Amino acid sequence: MRKHALYGLMAEFETADALLEAVRKAREAGYRRLDAYTPFPVEGLADALGFHTTRVPLIVLIGGLIGCFGGFFLQYYPNVIGYPLNIGGKPYDSWPSFIPITFELTILCAALSAVFGMLALNGFPTPYHPVFNAPRFELASQNRFFLLLEARDPKFDAEKTKQFLVELKAFEVSEVAT
Amino acid sequence: MNDSLPPQYDRVQQGSLVAGVVLLGLSIALGFSNWTQFFRSYLVAFIFWTGMGLGCMAILMLHHMVGGTWGFALRRLLESGAKTVRLMAVLAIPLLLIVPKLYSWAAPEADRAAMPPFKRFYLSRTFFTGRTIFYFAAWIVLIYFLNKFSAEQDRTGEPGILRRLQNLSGPGLLIYGLTVTYASVDWAMSLEPKWFSTIYGMIFMVTQALSATALVTVVVMFLSDRKPLSDIVTPLLFNDFGNLLLVFTMLWAYLSFSQYLIIWAGNLQDEIPWYMARASGGWAWVALALIVFHFAIPFFLLLMRFIKRRKRILAALAAGLIVMSVIDIYWLTVPAFEPKGPEFHLTDYGTLIGIGGLWMWLFLSQLRKRPLLPLHDPRLEEVLHHG
Repeated sequence: MRKHALYGLMAEFETADALLEAVRKAREAGYRRLDAYTPFPVEGLADALGFHTTRVPLIVLIGGLIGCFGGFFLQYYPNVIGYPLNIGGKPYDSWPSFIPITFELTILCAALSAVFGMLALNGFPTPYHPVFNAPRFELASQNRFFLLLEARDPKFDAEKTKQFLVELKAFEVSEVAT
Repeated sequence: MNDSLPPQYDRVQQGSLVAGVVLLGLSIALGFSNWTQFFRSYLVAFIFWTGMGLGCMAILMLHHMVGGTWGFALRRLLESGAKTVRLMAVLAIPLLLIVPKLYSWAAPEADRAAMPPFKRFYLSRTFFTGRTIFYFAAWIVLIYFLNKFSAEQDRTGEPGILRRLQNLSGPGLLIYGLTVTYASVDWAMSLEPKWFSTIYGMIFMVTQALSATALVTVVVMFLSDRKPLSDIVTPLLFNDFGNLLLVFTMLWAYLSFSQYLIIWAGNLQDEIPWYMARASGGWAWVALALIVFHFAIPFFLLLMRFIKRRKRILAALAAGLIVMSVIDIYWLTVPAFEPKGPEFHLTDYGTLIGIGGLWMWLFLSQLRKRPLLPLHDPRLEEVLHHG
């Protein structure tokens, strides 16, 4: 794999509002490959970053359907086909009593597919990620707000982008090595 | 004040009053040919619209307890909606006067000596009347203080009032749960005095919360284009309303199904006829409609974010849920009178829309008295300045 010298430029901001403002300006300026790192969820940040829908809902739907039909079959097969027993004079296919387990398995499978689908689409597990090369990046989980403009953005230019970020009143702008 | 209800709602308010008086009047005129039928229709309408006001009260107290931006847009609507409970107290009087016409345990031909002693004591006309008066007294006192403290907060902006509202709302929710459980047993379940279900009161509470949330969602949709609500109402807020509707829809399905599953599995002779009546003849179609339109379709639609964030679509869905809540109450109560299947009575529609007109009139006249957004709530000021 070819190594890029530069992964991107990281700008550090002191407040969430400053970061939000910077994200909006960067989007306006035409940057599309950008990401933000904050110590807590910032309202409106996802929209400002151009948050797009993902395939997670589809994965959850498929997982839910598998749980639903699987859960129902799990009870239908032994009770009706495999080992039918007369219980209290009820019909073998007593579907109302199958509903709770069907429901539980629907939720379980949907929830598990949400978690693992999200992890898979995010590319986890990722043992190495270049953003951690940015100096002071550990503050992103404490009290600082970071904006990353990636080098693979077509608009990216090491000099001009750096100038752009400085003009956004970033506390500090640093280069991130791959 | 430009922060209160816009003037074009004067006509809506007058229209509601006219519709209410005319339709209720026409129903009463029809009642001269058949009072029993009139009061059966009246009972369903009464239970539904009382529940609407109580649902407003419950959501209001819930919001005082947990906070959240969603509630500030709704607060005034909920307070005004809750105030209609006093109207329902007046409308309860005719019902209390004709108890023997509606309830078989109070009918002159009832064999009261054969009833178990506690039931004979509990289902007596005096005790029944006393209980109904007590419920309304408790609700009206609670609503009076909820509105009084909130008005004080508007006037003085004293931060300690929030604490008082919370101290009232916590016990208030408990009182709400107990009184609604007993009221639903009295007014609706005792129509068939041999049948009982302990989850019944919960179903009524959820229906009340659902119909109240749906109604205020529709009203907020109409008010959201102009100030002051346009300051805080965003698609994200409608997303919250949609989530609330989703929760109540699911809870309704969960409780209704639990009741069914337990009684179906038990298959006991005192319990099962209640469902036999409701799942045969014309009632089976009503039950099916409830499953599809009160649960399945709203559930799937409310899962989708793009529906929850488009206020007109969400309001249409909410309006549909209000209709289904009426049908649910109809299905829970009316088979006691019409075991073969639903029958067509003009008074059903006349009383429902008639009382609804009076309800809406009182709701709007309360709403116009005060600014549409609460003033001086410390939590709302935080939202407006940091949102």
